[in-house]
Amino acid sequence: MSPEMKGFLLFSVIKMLVVFTVVLVGVALLTLMERKVSAWMQNRHGPNRVGWAGLLQPVADGLKNILKEETRPAAANGGLFLLAPAFAFIPALLLSAVIPFAAPLNVNFDDLGTVLAGVPLIGGVLAAIVHGLLGQVAYHGPLPMVVADLPVGFLFVLSISSMGVYGIALAGWSSNSKYSLLGGLRATAQMLSYEVAMGMSLIPVLLMAGNVSFGAIIADQQAGLWYVAPLFLSFFIFLVSGFAETNRLPFDLPEAESELITGYHTEYSAMKFSMFFIAEYANMVTVSAMVATLFFGGWDIPFTDWDNSGTVGAVLVSHLFFFVKTFFWIFFIMWIRWTLPRFRYDQLMALGWKFLTPVALGYIMLTATLIWVIERRLGVTDPTTRSLILFAVNIVLAVLVFRVLDRGAIVSGSEARRRRAPARPAAEPILDGRERAPVTS
Amino acid sequence: MAIGVKVMKRPERNVSYVRATLKGLALTFKHMFEPKVTMQYPEEKGTRDDSRGAWSLAGRWRGTHRMLTDEQGRSKCVACGLCPQVCPANCIKLVPGEDEDGNRYPLIYEIDEFRCIFCGYCQEVCPEEAIHVGQHYENSEYSRTRFVYDLERLQSQTHAVSTLWDPTDPRGE
Repeated sequence: MSPEMKGFLLFSVIKMLVVFTVVLVGVALLTLMERKVSAWMQNRHGPNRVGWAGLLQPVADGLKNILKEETRPAAANGGLFLLAPAFAFIPALLLSAVIPFAAPLNVNFDDLGTVLAGVPLIGGVLAAIVHGLLGQVAYHGPLPMVVADLPVGFLFVLSISSMGVYGIALAGWSSNSKYSLLGGLRATAQMLSYEVAMGMSLIPVLLMAGNVSFGAIIADQQAGLWYVAPLFLSFFIFLVSGFAETNRLPFDLPEAESELITGYHTEYSAMKFSMFFIAEYANMVTVSAMVATLFFGGWDIPFTDWDNSGTVGAVLVSHLFFFVKTFFWIFFIMWIRWTLPRFRYDQLMALGWKFLTPVALGYIMLTATLIWVIERRLGVTDPTTRSLILFAVNIVLAVLVFRVLDRGAIVSGSEARRRRAPARPAAEPILDGRERAPVTS
Repeated sequence: MAIGVKVMKRPERNVSYVRATLKGLALTFKHMFEPKVTMQYPEEKGTRDDSRGAWSLAGRWRGTHRMLTDEQGRSKCVACGLCPQVCPANCIKLVPGEDEDGNRYPLIYEIDEFRCIFCGYCQEVCPEEAIHVGQHYENSEYSRTRFVYDLERLQSQTHAVSTLWDPTDPRGE
């Protein structure tokens, strides 16, 4: 194996370990954050008994879930019942592999052992370990701060995220329980519907960047404006379908407590249930990170080019920026959850199919035309000017779209539909025994 | 709509979804910074302090019993037998005794707090104002047998006693 290959593998393994540890620990802390945020929004304290300010609560929850009894319904389909949590869990974690979390680091060395020998005190030991275990390890050029720097990163996200529905559908079906089945069915229908809108909403992003790799998308945002400005409607549609994809309120119909107990994971207990939970929160992280990456410049630090310098400081600060952006959207998802009530099922479907999908389709056409006009007809090649023109168009579009939404034309109560529907004859009065005509003697 | 749903007729501007969403978001965000209303129970407790408002115990709260004592530290009870008689749950066990001077006193006085329904009749009926229901709610024990309170235990309780409803002063003034 060449030293370069070894360097690549070594760094990949390190990044993998770090990312997966951070995601899993982060997910655990997010469960605490959700409980804290919900508590604060209801003038409560939230968990504050385990550890300082309740910080060890996730550990206690985790221990409880591991120690709890695993129940298995007698009528469940054993194999699939076991597999379903894994099916939900694995895609959720896989997605974190392709999202760049910091600016690339410039690394250049021919032999890692020799470099490490310079570390004070333990340098000699480190060098000996590296030389003994790996031999010569070399790395040249920028080290992308992403586990797998896929050229098709974006398509990978779309394909893997839609696999998450298998876990939920299988869980619902294999549990052999009516609530689980209904939850699974709802989840499948909902996720398939919103997958369309989600995919469509991202095509303008590809049109802007002219590439499907996250690196290129971030680079284009650094050159021009963050895509939230020139592609505001895309952002809005992506955010809404992101909520639906992660089964978060206001779209949590698959696990609507009041109707379906907890929907598809009704029959699950202990760690298997926990895996669905982790999957949900990992999906939340992914959606937030996607919003941050695709529409808020990813790790980009605005108004400076220093973040591309490749120094350790730039990597750390840009990572901080990425973290703050992602964190804000995670908070936003929780914020929405504790603000909005759940949609009715027909409203959910109407919003997805009658509003988001057509708007996304029209928006693709419009953006494609605009980009063609701007670049080919007007000859504007400067990304900032292009972004500004699109931004202006988007403000107009956003006002129009929100006016339509706001008039209750799409998501409406039954009142608006009744008014639109043709007049029907008044219903026959329901006759029971008490309403018979009085008997005359 | 096969099912007849009652629909409120509201002006269209009042059902604006976007506006309502933004208003709701602002409201929930505002609540994050408001003072918390939770009582941190083991550290903070319901008291008779009226400044704590909703957390104070009502004056008529009826909890576990207390036997009051006279100046010599003997129980005020004269073993008249009214409280076991009136007790609807039959939870008071009383064996009367008499000393050389002819004073009656309880040889055995036990209340089974598990059977007690905390009606307060014993306090109401007591001619000597000896037995009282108390303002107390932390009663956990490690063993069920500890819930039969004997005379010694009833006398050693120190919590405040209940002020029962007084027919001549129905509003507690």
